[in-house]
Amino acid sequence: MTMAPVNETVNETVNETVSEATGGAVRPSASGLPRLLPLLLPLVPGVPEDLRVHLARYGRPPYQGGPGHLIQAVEQAGLTGRGGAAFPVHRKLAIVARARGRKVIVANGAESEPASHKDALLLRAAPNLVLDGLQLAAEAIGASEAYLYLHPGASQEILRALNQRAAAGLDWLGVTIAEAPPRFLAGQESALVNRLGGGPAVPTFVPPRVTERGLGGAPTLVQNVETLAHLALIARYGPRWFRALGTAREPGSMLATVHTKDSSQVVEAEIGAPLRTVVNPEGAQAILVGGYHGTWLPAGIVNTLTLDNQTLSRHGAAVGAGVIAALPADRCGLAEAARVVRYLAAESAGQCGPCLNGLPRMAAALAELAGYGHRRQVRSDLERWTGPQNLVTGRGACNHPDGTVRFVRSTLTVFAPEIALHARGHCSAINHGAINHGAINHGAANRRAFLPLPDSMPLSEEDWI
Amino acid sequence: MADTMRVNPINCTGHGVCAELLPELIALDEWGYPILDPRPVPPSLDLEARRAVAACPTLALKLTRQ
Amino acid sequence: MGGTTAFWYASRATGVVALLLLTAVLVLGILVNRQGRLPGLPRFAVTSLHRNISLLAVAFIAVHVLTAVLDTYVSIPLVSGVIPFASSYERIWLGLGAISFDLMLAMIITSLVRGHLNRILWRAIHLLAYLCWPVAFAHSIGSSRDLQHGWLLDLAIACALVVVAAAGWRLASAARQLPRAARVAAILAQHAPHGLHGSRQAHERISR
Repeated sequence: MTMAPVNETVNETVNETVSEATGGAVRPSASGLPRLLPLLLPLVPGVPEDLRVHLARYGRPPYQGGPGHLIQAVEQAGLTGRGGAAFPVHRKLAIVARARGRKVIVANGAESEPASHKDALLLRAAPNLVLDGLQLAAEAIGASEAYLYLHPGASQEILRALNQRAAAGLDWLGVTIAEAPPRFLAGQESALVNRLGGGPAVPTFVPPRVTERGLGGAPTLVQNVETLAHLALIARYGPRWFRALGTAREPGSMLATVHTKDSSQVVEAEIGAPLRTVVNPEGAQAILVGGYHGTWLPAGIVNTLTLDNQTLSRHGAAVGAGVIAALPADRCGLAEAARVVRYLAAESAGQCGPCLNGLPRMAAALAELAGYGHRRQVRSDLERWTGPQNLVTGRGACNHPDGTVRFVRSTLTVFAPEIALHARGHCSAINHGAINHGAINHGAANRRAFLPLPDSMPLSEEDWI
Repeated sequence: MADTMRVNPINCTGHGVCAELLPELIALDEWGYPILDPRPVPPSLDLEARRAVAACPTLALKLTRQ
Repeated sequence: MGGTTAFWYASRATGVVALLLLTAVLVLGILVNRQGRLPGLPRFAVTSLHRNISLLAVAFIAVHVLTAVLDTYVSIPLVSGVIPFASSYERIWLGLGAISFDLMLAMIITSLVRGHLNRILWRAIHLLAYLCWPVAFAHSIGSSRDLQHGWLLDLAIACALVVVAAAGWRLASAARQLPRAARVAAILAQHAPHGLHGSRQAHERISR
C-alpha cells in the first residue's frame, strides 16, 4: 500500500517520479505502481512518447466492436473522474450512450489549476494512453465528434502523436484539437462547451447539463485526460486489475501534484495510501489538499489521514484534482491564502452578482488579515460571506464561488492563531515581531511565494477566448 | 406538486422586483441580488410566486417542478 | 382638409394620446433597463407601468385606426392599420403609422411569449423601439394638420425632446458600462487595489 518509489529526475518546472522497476513488460504489475507514467527512462524535455514504445508496452487499443460494451467494465472497475469532481465515469458514459442522434466527446486537458501539473505531464509522458482512452470512450458512447481541449503549448506534441496514430490506423474517430485560454474556469464543463462552440470560456447556466445538451445541442461527454488514461488501461486489463489498488469505494491509482519546500513533483499514488507517504509533512505547518478550491489541514493530523475522499471528507476536505501542498513553517499562511483568493477573485467570470461582488471583497478582507492590525469589521464580514447563510456559496452558475468560500473558510479555521497573531502586530513567519501597521512586511522569508500563481490577470474579453 | 423557485444567476442583474412582490420567500443580499427560500412554494403563495416570475425584467426567476 | 365628424375628432384625439403614451412607454423602458426608480413608487411599479401603458397604447391606437376607418369623409381601408401604404389617402404618412404599429405589435407579442424565445432575438426585436418611436412621430406630424402648429406642435416637440434626452442618456450609460470581462478587474481594483501579487488599476468606475 505505497506509492511509486521516489526517484526524481529534475526537469525545469515539473519533476516526475519514475519507477526503479525495470519494466517493459506489456502488462503492468498488479501490485505495483506506476500505471500511467512510463516505466522506463527519465523524460527528456520536449521529447514526446514514441508510439512504438507505447504499442510495445500496451498493444493497439482494444476496441469492443460497438457502443455500450465498455461501460459495464468501467462500472465494475468503479472508475471516478480524475478532474476534481470524482463523478462515477460509467454513469456519465451511460447517459450519453443512451441518447439518440449526434454525440460529442471531449478530452479535457485544460488543467487550469496553477498548482496542478499532472495533466500536462500525462500528456507529455503518456499521450497515447489518453488518446486510446478517448477513442475507446468515443466508441462506447457512439460519438461522432471528438475534441481534445488543451492549453496552448501542448498542441504541437499532441498533433505529432495524432499524426503517428493516424499513420498506424489506430484511431477510428478523428480528433480536433481545441485551444483553451489560460483561465481558471476554462476547464469547467459548461465553459469548455461554450468555448468549443465559439464563445468565451465562461460557464453557462445548468440545467440542462452538457451530457443532455452540450456542444451544438448534442449530448456531450467531457472527461479529464487522466480519467481517459485509466479507462484505456481498464479496457485492456479489466476491472479486477484496476481494483487491485485503492480502496473498495475508491479504487485505483491517481496522479497528484505535490508541493513541498524542496520540490514540486507529480506522483502516482494508490488511492487510500497514507497521506504521509505522498507528502512529507516534516517542517510543514499546514497541508493544502485539493488545490485552490480545496481545504487546509493542520500538519498535526496528516499522519492520521489517507488519500481518499471517504477519510478526507470527515475533515471537510476532498482529493479534488490531486494537488497537495505542504506549507513550510517559515511561510505566512495568511499571505499565501490572500494571494490565492485574490487570484480566484480575478478569475471570476463576472457573470453572477454574488461571485462578482463577494470574491473581490473576500480577497480584500484576507489581504487585510494578512497585514498587521485589521479592523474588527473584516472578520465579521468574512464570517457573514462564508457562513451558513450561504451568501456566496450556491448562488452562482458554477461552483467557483463555492470552492473559493471553502478555501477561505478553511484558511480562517486553520490559521486562526496566525490571524490573532497578526492582529497584535506579529507574524509567525519571521523571528522577531516588528509591529508595522497596514503594510505587510514579511521580509526575506516570503520574498518568493510558495503557492504558485500566474502573473497576469484577465482584463478583457480576448483573455477569455 | 409544489414548485420551487430558482434563479438563473447569469441573467439576474439584481433589479429586486421579485423581492418586492414576494418578501415572504425572497430577500435581497447586500449587493441587491435575490436570496431564495429553497423550500417548495406554499400553495397560499403560489399566485404571488407566479406574479414575481412574470414581473422579473430579465426573466431570470423561474418556477420549477420538483 | 379633413372632416368634422365625431369619428374624425376621436381619431385625432386618440392619436395624440397614443403619442404621449408611447413616449411614456419608451422612457419607462429605459428606466427598467437602467434599474431606475420613479420617486415614491416601488421597483415593480416601473416594470408594471411600462408593460401596462404599452398595452394601453395599443388599445388607443386600435381606436385611433378604427375611428379613422369609420369616418366616411375619406376612404381608408381597415387593413391600412397594419399593412403599410395600403391607403390611397395620405399613403406615405399613414404607411409610417402602420409600420410603427407593426413594430409595436412585434415587441408586445414577443414579450408575451418571451419565455419561449431566444434571449438575443427578444432583445433585438425590443430594440426596435428606438425605430418605432421616430416612425410614429413622423406619422403623427406628417398625417395631421393639427400637430403642425399651435399647442399640439409644442406638445409633439416636447415629446421628441424627452425621447432624445432619454435615448441620449441611455447611450451614454451604455458607453460607460464595463463589459463583463473588465468588471471583475474593476471591482478588484476598487476593493483590493494593493494586491499581494500583480496589480492593474482599472480606469473606469463600475456602473453597478
